[in-house]
Amino acid sequence: MIEQSGTDAGADTGKDSSNETPKGAPEEMAINAEQRAAHEAAEIAAAKIDADLKQILCDVLGLDMDEVADFDEDTGLFGHLPELDSMAVAGLLTEMEDRLDIIIEDEDVDGEMLETYGGLLGFAQTKAAER
Amino acid sequence: MISQWTCARAKGGTSKELALQFDGGPAFGDHKLLIIPALFDEANKLRRQTMLLMRELNAAGLASALPDFPGMNESLAPLSDQSLSQWRADAVMAAGQLGATHVLAIRGGALIAPVELPGWHYAPASGARLLRNMLRSRILSSKEAGREESTAQLGEIGRKDGIELAGWQFGAAMFGELQDADPVTSGQQTVIAQSDLGGAGLWLRAEAGEDMAQAKSLAALITDALAPDA
Repeated sequence: MIEQSGTDAGADTGKDSSNETPKGAPEEMAINAEQRAAHEAAEIAAAKIDADLKQILCDVLGLDMDEVADFDEDTGLFGHLPELDSMAVAGLLTEMEDRLDIIIEDEDVDGEMLETYGGLLGFAQTKAAER
Repeated sequence: MISQWTCARAKGGTSKELALQFDGGPAFGDHKLLIIPALFDEANKLRRQTMLLMRELNAAGLASALPDFPGMNESLAPLSDQSLSQWRADAVMAAGQLGATHVLAIRGGALIAPVELPGWHYAPASGARLLRNMLRSRILSSKEAGREESTAQLGEIGRKDGIELAGWQFGAAMFGELQDADPVTSGQQTVIAQSDLGGAGLWLRAEAGEDMAQAKSLAALITDALAPDA
């Protein structure tokens, strides 16, 4: 790409076609950089939601971060942890709304999203992306 | 010490309610802290922590009183007959009978704390927030039982006929008032945020817990502000 723009710039005949290429190349590079930055920002945001969600689970389950840090996609939540009854899950969802700045509708809440840590995290990330 | 206080009812008559009291010492003179507990499910989650706080205050020499209100805790009165406005009037009565000079309202307690008394609101919660949790809890348990319910539909029932949420039986008056109730301070009450104590709020816990460090921090914030040489 760089080589091409150099060649075209060298031609410098003032023709329209040769003027377009040097303009186009840096733009494309800028788009790539933008995409990379957006991708990195999305990764940072996703990691932050993961960390925030784990902190909320610590607070609700009364656990230390060390214990919750090992939660993975398949870690069972609602229906697997006896202390997570419907009142505790309700509190968990309300706390997620406040700390993650999302709104959870009645119809968003289903067994699949609550059953595993992966399900809940995926839900939180989708909701946060809609903000 | 467990004592009783007398509560006048809007429909006439009186009801006797319990109040848990701890003595103070000479350091704080006649100062006495009225504690308005957290409400409903949060009352259970924070009961033990409230006790720890009262013991800490007692050790520092500050007297405190924790009254039951009709429909709460050990009260024999049905919760469905109560309303926030009635509890507000009750709190003023309790303050007078128990000789309180200051108030500490915990979470939803801030919705009914007497504005006339100087003091503190610890992590005050709006009525809407308390209701949202209880409505969600009901919708979740109904879903497990195969019934579909919605916040809007339950809200309508609650406002019209009252409703049972998470085991609490709310009359229409209480439900309606909770929807719009926000903690009110008169400039005489200071808000203590959870972040001022460190750690997470114990009302968030799935199972009731306790935290001595938080109890000590909260007690110290109050006794430092009331100390004669402060």
